[in-house]
Amino acid sequence: MTPRTVTMRVWRGDASGGDLKDYQVAAEEGEVVLDVLHRLQATQANDLAVRWNCKAGKCGSCSAEVNGVPRLTCMTRMNLLPPDEPITITPLRTFPVIRDLVTDVSFNYEKAKQAPAFKPRPREPDGTHRMRQQDIDRVQEFHKCIECFLCQDVCHFIRDHDDNKAAFAGPRMFVRYAELEMHPLDTNDRRQLLQDREGLGMCNITKCCTEVCPEGIHITDNAIIPLKERVVDARYDPVLWIGRKLRRRKS
Amino acid sequence: MTSATDHVGETRVAIRTGPAATLRQDAWWIAPLVTVVVLGGFVLYGLWVTFINEDYYAEPYLSPFFSPCLADNCEHQTAEVVGDWWNLSPALLILPAPLGFRLTCYYYRKAYYRAFLWSPPACAVGDVRARYAGESRFPLILQNVHRVFFYLVLPFPFILLYDGIRAFDFADGFGMGVGTLVLLVNAVLLGAYTLSCHTCRHLCGGHVDSFSKSPRRYRAWQLVSFLNERHMQIAWVSLFGVALTDLYVRLVATDVIRDLRFF
Ligand code: SF4
Ligand code: SF4
Ligand code: FES
Ligand code: FES
Repeated sequence: MTPRTVTMRVWRGDASGGDLKDYQVAAEEGEVVLDVLHRLQATQANDLAVRWNCKAGKCGSCSAEVNGVPRLTCMTRMNLLPPDEPITITPLRTFPVIRDLVTDVSFNYEKAKQAPAFKPRPREPDGTHRMRQQDIDRVQEFHKCIECFLCQDVCHFIRDHDDNKAAFAGPRMFVRYAELEMHPLDTNDRRQLLQDREGLGMCNITKCCTEVCPEGIHITDNAIIPLKERVVDARYDPVLWIGRKLRRRKS
Repeated sequence: MTSATDHVGETRVAIRTGPAATLRQDAWWIAPLVTVVVLGGFVLYGLWVTFINEDYYAEPYLSPFFSPCLADNCEHQTAEVVGDWWNLSPALLILPAPLGFRLTCYYYRKAYYRAFLWSPPACAVGDVRARYAGESRFPLILQNVHRVFFYLVLPFPFILLYDGIRAFDFADGFGMGVGTLVLLVNAVLLGAYTLSCHTCRHLCGGHVDSFSKSPRRYRAWQLVSFLNERHMQIAWVSLFGVALTDLYVRLVATDVIRDLRFF
């Protein structure tokens, strides 16, 4: 089949500003957005900055916004986009631009440093740590995260409110916290930290993080809401509160 | 070293300005629009039903909006709890519990935050507020009472099931009509809605870290998780269920339709 020509409307610029620019680029059958960006880079815009690595949806480097939706460009097939309209590619909106489609995502690494590490309980008398598969099934879903930060990008809480960044760890980090909190061996209790300093209470469970996650992690249902429920256990459940008081009095 | 806060105010792509601005070209506004119409319609219907305060009993069917009916001024009293001093609609005595439960439900929160409050209207579409603290402060921090509402509504599916069983008891003896079926289905749907709740999922077993040490909780958690994955669908179907059940009873009570008897 002969290649068709598509209009790629790409954001070009750097920290001082920039704008959308149109390019006519050939696109072949079966290609993904990243393929076409690479052709654009090879033929017309040699200085176009694009971050990528695996081209297989596994490294999380090629995150950008395609027609306004946060996506992995290497996993977005051209034939799923409206054929006769320009395709708009912009960098992740939530993070500061370095150049063109490349943003500075260090916000996420700073937040990761604030999460208290895994703290396993003492070993069994025979020197081992024993778990069963059903103990670990739940957290294995969270291990699939490829740190593409699309969820962090789409979360309106920081996307539309820059000033909230200091107080909010974001959905990717809530996935990490859930992984630690639900771990059968872990002994740290991070609930207070989550509610008071990492902004768990700020999430209004509108599920955009879940919608964009390329790994299909049920971020809201399986990580954030269960964490919110654990906070309710500690703070807002009158029945559990009375139970705790009675038990304390007995002992 | 840069800290997370150093990034505040640095250049981000100025692709959008103003509220609800986006580069999305798909019809993102359909879902919030449907939510506004359906949820708004249900609320209006519920208010109308509550305040006209009649035609909610067509022997032996009692509308779920008025069940359990606790005051002396009921068309059909379930139990004598409130005396004759109550002269408002008896629905007002019980509706706060299921209403509060739905209002603080994690799924409905998502739906109305998007559709009515526009925070955000859809994913990657601008939030309309200039500042936003989410559910961390008053009043939205009150959403945490969902747990309490969960405890309060636990009896409701059983009460509605009781209504469904009573709906076999006709003036001319034991029988079954379309209305009996409608009431029973409604009770099952409300039971499914309550069971599929995220709080239920947490209390049944979600709070446990080592499932292998609590096999019964693990099984309960698996069952509730299966329903919980469908919580959104169940939430809508059961909402329609309540409204349509009331409508059915109402149409029979006002003689607009005749209840078909199976036997
Ligand atoms: S569900 Fe919460 S964390 Fe996820 S995008 Fe929405 S507000 Fe952000
Ligand atoms: S949770 Fe999903 S969207 Fe978020 S960083 Fe991990 S893989 Fe990406
Ligand atoms: S290039 Fe690795 S995920 Fe796209
Ligand atoms: S009823 Fe929807 S989450 Fe509890």
